[in-house]
Amino acid sequence: MRFSQAWIVARHDMALIRRRRGLIAGLIAYPLGVGLGFPALVAYIVATSPAAGLGSYLPGLINAFGFWFVIGAASVPTSIAAYSIVGEKVEKSLEPLLATPTTDGEVLFGKALTAFVPTMIAVAGGSVLFMFLVDLVTRGPLGYLYYPNATIAVELLLLAPLASLVAIEASVIISARVADVRSAQQYAGVIFLPLIVLYVAGETGLSLGAYNQLIIAGIFALVVLVLYVVSLKTFHRDEILTRWK
Amino acid sequence: MSMIHAENLTKQFGSVTAVDRVTLDVQEGEVFGFLGPNGAGKTTTVRMLSSLISKSSGRATVAGCEIGNPADELKLRRQIGLLPENVGLYEGNTAAENLTYFGELQGVEATALRANIERLLRMMDLWEKRDALIGTFSKGMKQKVAIARALVHDPILVFLDEPTANLDPEASKTVRETLLELKKERRTIFLNTHNLDEVQRICDRVGILRTQLLTTGTPDSLRFGMSGHRTAVRLAHLSDAIVAAVRARLAPNPVEVSGDQLLVGVQDPTRDNPAIVTAVVAAGGQIVSLTQLSPTLEDVYLKLVHEEAPAA
Repeated sequence: MRFSQAWIVARHDMALIRRRRGLIAGLIAYPLGVGLGFPALVAYIVATSPAAGLGSYLPGLINAFGFWFVIGAASVPTSIAAYSIVGEKVEKSLEPLLATPTTDGEVLFGKALTAFVPTMIAVAGGSVLFMFLVDLVTRGPLGYLYYPNATIAVELLLLAPLASLVAIEASVIISARVADVRSAQQYAGVIFLPLIVLYVAGETGLSLGAYNQLIIAGIFALVVLVLYVVSLKTFHRDEILTRWK
Repeated sequence: MSMIHAENLTKQFGSVTAVDRVTLDVQEGEVFGFLGPNGAGKTTTVRMLSSLISKSSGRATVAGCEIGNPADELKLRRQIGLLPENVGLYEGNTAAENLTYFGELQGVEATALRANIERLLRMMDLWEKRDALIGTFSKGMKQKVAIARALVHDPILVFLDEPTANLDPEASKTVRETLLELKKERRTIFLNTHNLDEVQRICDRVGILRTQLLTTGTPDSLRFGMSGHRTAVRLAHLSDAIVAAVRARLAPNPVEVSGDQLLVGVQDPTRDNPAIVTAVVAAGGQIVSLTQLSPTLEDVYLKLVHEEAPAA
């Protein structure tokens, strides 16, 4: 596996994606919405709730809100990955691409980077904004800076990248079976439903603290490995040129 | 030196045999035309020879690399250029960006790549359009950019799959002129096509495929090797006596009358034509002209592809 070949593919695809306003809007809107919206909600709660009880339930609420960056890490790259692969199918450009001295794995890795790198940058940017604003509005009632902490570290450094990889690998597998970008996006949208379930569980009692998130990360890591094997089999030149729709 | 050597190359998709035991050689610097009807296996053969898909059986070496040997795959793809049936250009990129991307993937050094792109786009008469989006190009222009893409790393062997398919006559002409330029550069070209005129004008040798390789040879050797030559003799005055004399002399060859000329079936023109002249003159006829009518490449092609498949 040569990183240089994969990076040429990723750089090219990222340049194409920069010209797609819809994809760029998704990349910016999601982290900005979470980074601004939830701190605003926290500020409202702080302003309208009795100060005595805040210390007990604010951390759980903020943790649940922070989990939206994991959900975002799974939802944002599906559009990019779908466009990156199904777009090649639509333009019939996979055959000349595969005729270059680039291995299937390098092309696949390049496509994964195309979706992964912008997503992680967006998540990182949004989360910095989120943490700064949450600290700003909760420092008074909590009496300490809530962020940074172990929970957000696990979310951003482990869970979000793994969720993103699961989404990208699933998008590759889905993209092989559909003929247009919109269908790929619709099917890939199902991927982050389990994360929504986790979020709801977090809001209704399940602790989304660092320990539980490490367990979730372990499960994600297993899923990443399984999907990696399946996506490598799917993204094989014989398959692509003879069986892909 | 043999640039392509294939022995019993076969591809099966489940129970369907797409390419059946193809054995062929293409020499360095040769333009080899690969003819066949839709579904004959031309594209599958090109894909196998360019290591895009695996073979089911047989063996082949291309540019010194063994097909199916993982150690040779990347080396092979550095040495060949491919124009697929669908041009597959990025419509949202400019012509120069498309070529740069593929040049980088081929590992061409930046300065050489810029020079190659300029040379190729000038050759294709597209240099002024280098910064225009491919989406704004006509079909013929896209085809030329795709040919440039196949050549951007200066390959020693180029596979061209239907380069003039779906193009209007003017665009076909410009693409054909480009192919003639490549021929002048002594590149080895493997040309998949339906276009018999193109083959006649460009190719040194031809193979006709219908799952199995039916024949190979130069366009002229295929034409002259086929039975069905006729000689047309135009006469000042055509009489029954002349027709009878020619029939008697050339029997059992068929002799037909068409207006003021005789159409005589001949087996060997060098032997039979003097006999026709002798018979006509002996019967008192005056020959105005004598024309050799040979089967066209189209006649050869149609005869071969409509015959029963050769026995396995």
